[in-house]
Amino acid sequence: MLEVQNLSMRFGGLLAVDQVSLDVQEHEIVSIIGPNGAGKTTVFNCMSGFYKPSGGKILFRGQEIQGKPDYRISRLGLVRTFQHVRLFGRMTVVENLMVAQHRHLNTNLLSGLVATPNYRAREQKALDRASYWLERVGLMEMANREAGNLAYGQQRRLEIARCMVTEPQLLMLDEPAAGLNPAETRDLDQLIISLKEDYNVSVVLIEHDMSLVMGISDRINVISQGRPLASGTPDEIRNNDDVIKAYLGEA
Amino acid sequence: MVAAHNLKHALFCAVITLVISWPIMGLKLEAVGTQITLQGADPFTWIAIGVAALAVFLFQLFREAILGRLGMLKSLNPMADRKPMPQEKRLKLESIGLTLLIVLALIWPFFVSRGSVDLATLVLIYIMLALGLNVVVGLAGLLDLGYVAFYAVGAYTFALLSQYWGISFWMALPIGALLAALFGLVLGFPVLRLRGDYLAIVTLGFGEIIRILLNNWTNVTGGPNGIGGIPDPTLFGMEFGRRVKEEGNVSFHETFGIAYSGEHKVIFLYLIALVLAVFTGLVIRRLMRMPVGRAWEALREDEIAARSLGLSRTGVKLSAFTIGAFFAGFAGTVFASKQGFISPESFVFLESAIILAIVVLGGMGSQMGVILAAIAVTILPELAREFSEYRMLIFGAAMVLMMVWRPQGLLPMRRRQIKLSTGE
Ligand SMILES: Nc1ncnc2c1ncn2[C@@H]1O[C@H](COP(=O)(O)OP(=O)(O)OP(=O)(O)O)[C@@H](O)[C@H]1O
Ligand SMILES: [Mg+2]
Repeated sequence: MLEVQNLSMRFGGLLAVDQVSLDVQEHEIVSIIGPNGAGKTTVFNCMSGFYKPSGGKILFRGQEIQGKPDYRISRLGLVRTFQHVRLFGRMTVVENLMVAQHRHLNTNLLSGLVATPNYRAREQKALDRASYWLERVGLMEMANREAGNLAYGQQRRLEIARCMVTEPQLLMLDEPAAGLNPAETRDLDQLIISLKEDYNVSVVLIEHDMSLVMGISDRINVISQGRPLASGTPDEIRNNDDVIKAYLGEA
Repeated sequence: MVAAHNLKHALFCAVITLVISWPIMGLKLEAVGTQITLQGADPFTWIAIGVAALAVFLFQLFREAILGRLGMLKSLNPMADRKPMPQEKRLKLESIGLTLLIVLALIWPFFVSRGSVDLATLVLIYIMLALGLNVVVGLAGLLDLGYVAFYAVGAYTFALLSQYWGISFWMALPIGALLAALFGLVLGFPVLRLRGDYLAIVTLGFGEIIRILLNNWTNVTGGPNGIGGIPDPTLFGMEFGRRVKEEGNVSFHETFGIAYSGEHKVIFLYLIALVLAVFTGLVIRRLMRMPVGRAWEALREDEIAARSLGLSRTGVKLSAFTIGAFFAGFAGTVFASKQGFISPESFVFLESAIILAIVVLGGMGSQMGVILAAIAVTILPELAREFSEYRMLIFGAAMVLMMVWRPQGLLPMRRRQIKLSTGE
């Protein structure tokens, strides 16, 4: 469903991403790994429209999306989370989820002001979807708290729930396990698999936690210093000499 | 133990105080015949300046200690330790309070002096302005320093329409508001990409451009001389003047067979302003809970996250500017009608600053807070007429104190609690 072809991104003199290609099929979890500063987040930023790539193509269901504005890409069903959690901190947890469903709501000002039946029905449906996902990620008790006051792990889960209420087709997670304790990481593991199995979402995952990556990925792409280093199934990657060298070199 | 650094800083501040206040307050211009001479002020002023410099010195020297103490003085802040009420109880109390308040506001003008009613009308105009600016600054987080421009557009629209085409208040009210909204939209486009300080500077410039335009486009706007003879609103075609000005109209006092009184008009205007202010408050309150209101806040909280979820920055920002400007246009029309005469002097930067101060004092985003602050900021200076020279000084001091005690404003915004049904 998603195909990235020879993607390059240059910042001044720095070629942060150099000829990276990857593809994601329906119903698949694909990981991107690589040492710090390898250019993983930059690939995400190009895919989600935050950066206009200097070269290459990104196709989503056959449609070229590189260089499109970010909010349009998101409306196509490609939604992401951030390496550093980005919530609407002074809004409540439910409100965070309502904002995300903007597209499913009746945004006509007049219908809203007089609260037409259509407006109210859609608002209610959005609330139901919000409570469903709050339940799903275990944040129901926090529904009316300000998002900024949640614990770190809860914020991470809320960010994923916020993506899911938009009913995406492809979810991009940038280091979702960073800062989580082992128990939380295990829950996350289950959640990501369930997203794929139960909600029919494909996932692109950036992650440093190797056991998580090896455990749930269908395929893995390794990049190092902006260049593609290897790609394949977890087993192939585990035994790849280049990958081992790159990771040992880093350590 | 006070560090040497603090001592140096305190000395510096005291000297600056002296240097500034000496020429401003210590010297006086006196006209002696045709000559103007410079004279020293009386000894009392000198003592005052000395005391002020000493106060600044001591304050700066023990600054940390003093501010720390002030922050700890919770007793000065009666709301500090109170537990928040459950939402249902609070909402009930609030709606009862509000209804009482509105009923009181409806009856009140019939029992007080004309001057008080006039002042109350002004307060209501400021409430409308502040509620509108609250959308832009408090909710959408866009620092707009030129808000007065939209107020001017509303006022001048009515003045010009009535002068050239004899259009009445009721016709001009929506036209003025819509035209102001259009200006909001037009200003919104070029500043879409700007944020923070840059946005503030551009909007400030926009406000000045409008004022300068009004000042210099003499053959249309009358320039600094302004426009007079703006008609009062009519009630179903009834005029409130002693004599009927427009053909086909009748006068209010004759229709009802009562004696003419100038108060009728003042009270009528007050009631119009009250209705419009309540309308403004209700509409914006509703907007805040609609998708558009949530989008404003989301954009204020985190623009990148908002965009990653499919919100278009353009749409959200423009809607905030446009809707904010719309209500300023409303307020402008009422203002023009109340004054009967307008000139660019009513739309200077200071007005923008005052409206902004109301929003900040009230607690960004909170409507009740904004209303309270509007009342305080408009009425207190009137009560302290004797100190009118020190008005801005007191105003500034109040702002500083607020920032120390309650940086979140008088009544910070409280989030609505939403009941969710569990399980599907
Ligand atoms: N906007 C930018 N301007 C200039 N350089 C940038 C920009 N964004 C990223 N870079 C550079 O591009 C390189 C790749 O950064 P990127 O954030 O994509 O790495 P990463 O693989 O996500 O690393 P990490 O694992 O630490 O998150 C780094 O050298 C970074 O400094
Ligand atoms: Mg990264």
